[in-house]
Amino acid sequence: MTPRRTSIFLAAALGLGLAGPAAADDPLKIGFVYSSLIGDAGWTFQHDLGRLMLEEEFGDRVETAYVESIDGGADAERVIRQFASQDFGLIFGTSFNHMNPMARVAAQFPDIAFEHATGYTQDTNLAIYHTRAYESRYLVGMVAGLMGDSLGVVASYPIPEVLRGINAMTLGARSVNPDFTTRVVWISSWFDPGLERTAADALLDQGVDVLAHFTDSPAVVQAAEDREKYVVALGDMAQYGENAHLTALVYNWGPYYVERARMVLDGTWETANTWEGISADMMTIAPYNDSVPQDVRDAVDAKMEEIRSGAFHPFQGPLVAQDGTEKVADGELPDDGMLLSMDFYVEGVEGSLP
Amino acid sequence: MIDSALMIAILVSAMRTATPLILAALGELVVEKAGCVNLGVEGMMLVGAVTGFAVGLTTGNFALAFMVGALAGAGFSLIYGVLVLVFQVNQYAAGLALTILGGGASAFWGQTWQGRNMRGLQPVELPVLSELPVIGVMFTRLDVVVYMALAATVIVGLILTRTRVGLILRAVGENHDSAHALGFSVVKVRFAAIAFGGAFAGMGGAYLSCVMTPLWIEGMTAGRGWIAVALVVFATWKPARLVLGAWLFGLVSVMQIHGQGLGLAVPSHVLAMLPYLVTILVLVLISRDATRIRLNAPGCLGKPFRPTA
Repeated sequence: MTPRRTSIFLAAALGLGLAGPAAADDPLKIGFVYSSLIGDAGWTFQHDLGRLMLEEEFGDRVETAYVESIDGGADAERVIRQFASQDFGLIFGTSFNHMNPMARVAAQFPDIAFEHATGYTQDTNLAIYHTRAYESRYLVGMVAGLMGDSLGVVASYPIPEVLRGINAMTLGARSVNPDFTTRVVWISSWFDPGLERTAADALLDQGVDVLAHFTDSPAVVQAAEDREKYVVALGDMAQYGENAHLTALVYNWGPYYVERARMVLDGTWETANTWEGISADMMTIAPYNDSVPQDVRDAVDAKMEEIRSGAFHPFQGPLVAQDGTEKVADGELPDDGMLLSMDFYVEGVEGSLP
Repeated sequence: MIDSALMIAILVSAMRTATPLILAALGELVVEKAGCVNLGVEGMMLVGAVTGFAVGLTTGNFALAFMVGALAGAGFSLIYGVLVLVFQVNQYAAGLALTILGGGASAFWGQTWQGRNMRGLQPVELPVLSELPVIGVMFTRLDVVVYMALAATVIVGLILTRTRVGLILRAVGENHDSAHALGFSVVKVRFAAIAFGGAFAGMGGAYLSCVMTPLWIEGMTAGRGWIAVALVVFATWKPARLVLGAWLFGLVSVMQIHGQGLGLAVPSHVLAMLPYLVTILVLVLISRDATRIRLNAPGCLGKPFRPTA
């Protein structure tokens, strides 16, 4: 049971904005629908950094608004419709659950640009966007491989996004430390601090050196700090692990939001299916901990530039699954279809898929 | 594959997992013994968690943090008390409302405390016990609240069965009309029981935000309040069984995680369901009148009290 606060008040407050036809010199109104509170240091927080970047970039030319804690369903549809009927020119839905409500509203407002993160329903005025998080996962995996010998992963659900991350970290670690192994614990939740902590403790009790997580809370970082081990976090959580927090993968939505808003301002916006990572600055990694030596930083930074330039792909061949089957042949690049439906562990991950 | 050090680690983890459940369920047990079902445990835990964290972070004094968490939980539970005892609102609806309100209120009030880090309450070393061979190390890795929760269970058990106060409480829960006729104030007794339940739920929440994961995030109880409610039924309203149930629950959830890490083919979903399955079984059993008495369910549980005279 996740309590969802009444966001009715916020949505009603938006209704106070003056309605009326937008004149050419009026600022572009941009609306954001968030699935949780901004302060969560996780997913929504990083989207809001993108929103702030928009304001900084365009100043008076844009006006942004957001509604927090909108999980999906009727709530989401109402908020999106509210934005649309108040002359918002660009509306972002930031959670997978916003997909269907947004698609329904988008069909009724063909002149408004809609953007949905992490979904798959596209329309002439509904673009979709997502990040290649696995590129950053590969890099934090390298850090883990250079600083330890085994990784313990607190994982949520065995979906392709998470499996790509586990595999990318393992590949990154083994590229610099061939005997490196990864252990995975599935807790069947995106958010349960107590259970995340229990899982992290269990992995540490079993002797792993470095932790990683796909869950939202900083509980795993705290566990590593308490037990004097390392962690590569999801989002910059350095304040929870002064010594343990080696680095983190960081989503960076700002550049994408700026680019899309500029297109709307220029009148060149059109629907798109964006799946970009480091090369588009949509993914990066958090500042290194002081304990990470210079040669490690140099190696990881160099790999980051190779990924940026396209000279290296984390899943380039030869890619061998845990059971020995070859998924990508030597010298070849994986196609996005395979990545999007990934359903296997690579060599180096222990245990079998649930 | 599982050596003694790992066994101890599993037990320690299980005890820690069980402690917030024991606290919250013990409070709910007393409430139900007095004849009320308060489904607001989750909300009260959240209120206790956020206030406990705020006090723990600002003062560094965890005794104070738990006290304030308990007070906040108790104060918050009085909303339920007033609704149910004064306005005769349906108990289940009032409890659900408390859960929803607690989630919202704690998230709203907790915005300031989100994203703050704290060094949590540290384990204590028990004299004598920690020198035992093999299992001794366990008594260096548990915190004082774990022991206090167990002590509270024993004390509540004794009060319920061996004292006049306990007898009055049970009388109110078994048959409020008779208790009323005997001159006891049903409303006052129930108010006290509800506040007690709120205080213990608040401490359960504070355990999460001050010990287990020393941080505040909205919704951080993640359903533990509901597990506590289920545990009371699972324990058939007996404090000792409640502790066993909480330990079993903790052990099962920790074991399935360790099993995964060790690569054992544990049917983890089945194990995770086990406590709920048993709860459903108990519920089915107590719906049959003959066994109901044997299983201890308070006679007036969930029934509104309207004084006749």
